[in-house]
Amino acid sequence: MKRLCGLLAGVVAIMMLGGCASRSIYSWGSYENQVYLMYAKPDKATAERQVAALDEDFEKARSKNKPVPPGFHAHLGYLCYQLGKGDRARQEFEAEKAAFPESAVFVDRMLANMQSK
Amino acid sequence: MSTRLLGLILGGVILGVAATGCKTTPYDYTNFRQHHPHSILVLPPLNESTAVEATYGYLSTVTMPLAEMGYYVYPVAVIDHFLKENGMPTAGEMHQVPLQKVDEIIGADAVLYITVEQYGTKYQVINSASIVRARGKLVDVKTGLVLWEGIGAAEEDSGGSGSIIGDLISAALTQVINSSTDRAHKVAPMANVNLLMIKDRGLLYGPRHPEFAKEK
Repeated sequence: MKRLCGLLAGVVAIMMLGGCASRSIYSWGSYENQVYLMYAKPDKATAERQVAALDEDFEKARSKNKPVPPGFHAHLGYLCYQLGKGDRARQEFEAEKAAFPESAVFVDRMLANMQSK
Repeated sequence: MSTRLLGLILGGVILGVAATGCKTTPYDYTNFRQHHPHSILVLPPLNESTAVEATYGYLSTVTMPLAEMGYYVYPVAVIDHFLKENGMPTAGEMHQVPLQKVDEIIGADAVLYITVEQYGTKYQVINSASIVRARGKLVDVKTGLVLWEGIGAAEEDSGGSGSIIGDLISAALTQVINSSTDRAHKVAPMANVNLLMIKDRGLLYGPRHPEFAKEK
């Protein structure tokens, strides 16, 4: 019975998403997988490797004409900052803020922190 | 829709175990509607399971469902590093950050507090089942009101083929190939679908979702 309920719940979830079944809002690429790897298998997700993978994801998203998800540019910016690429880091944080004004308070804080270091 | 997201939802159908069963009364969304958030801060989950990897294994699966439901989700790993650098080395300490500080420093409308209850693989003689179970609470940053609370679980059973010997061999192989935490990580997104996306007990759509206005 419990399993049947699970099945029904899943069907409801699909119906709920039915309106947008043909499209997701974002092009996800490997963003969440990078986050997973940086904690689970850090040697597979050094800052350099992550930046390379995310750059590729960004190009794919652009070719599909889809936005990258919230947090993507900020994550990339943080990695660039760790690699000592201050200008690129700033650009990425600004891109996060431009795409998602909701991020402004946090992004401005990160930018200010980078400035002061 | 991305194949991964579709897979998640189909996975939720096929493998999902609704934690609360067939509840007919919808969640009371009064607070949610009055303080509908635009942005959600997801903190690294508290871990009540026996797997130390649960916190970050789970954290890395939460952005997709929330963002696709129409919310701005702060970069989970950047937030984690930022809080660690500011004297909060554990999820437990992060969950204690006063809301006023969240407002001032991060600017989030709401905080999602997650607790992972189960995360890992139960080994039986022939089958092994990956189980993930988590509960969540969404709190309005400005007022401290609880906007939503829920629980979700998912289970992936490796199953048996009917032939005892064949099953024993494949079970042994599965155990070698898949570490239990990697498998739990693959089940976590399904738990998220059940936690966050089920109509009448998950979250309402956020402002960046086309259904946002219709639901109101």
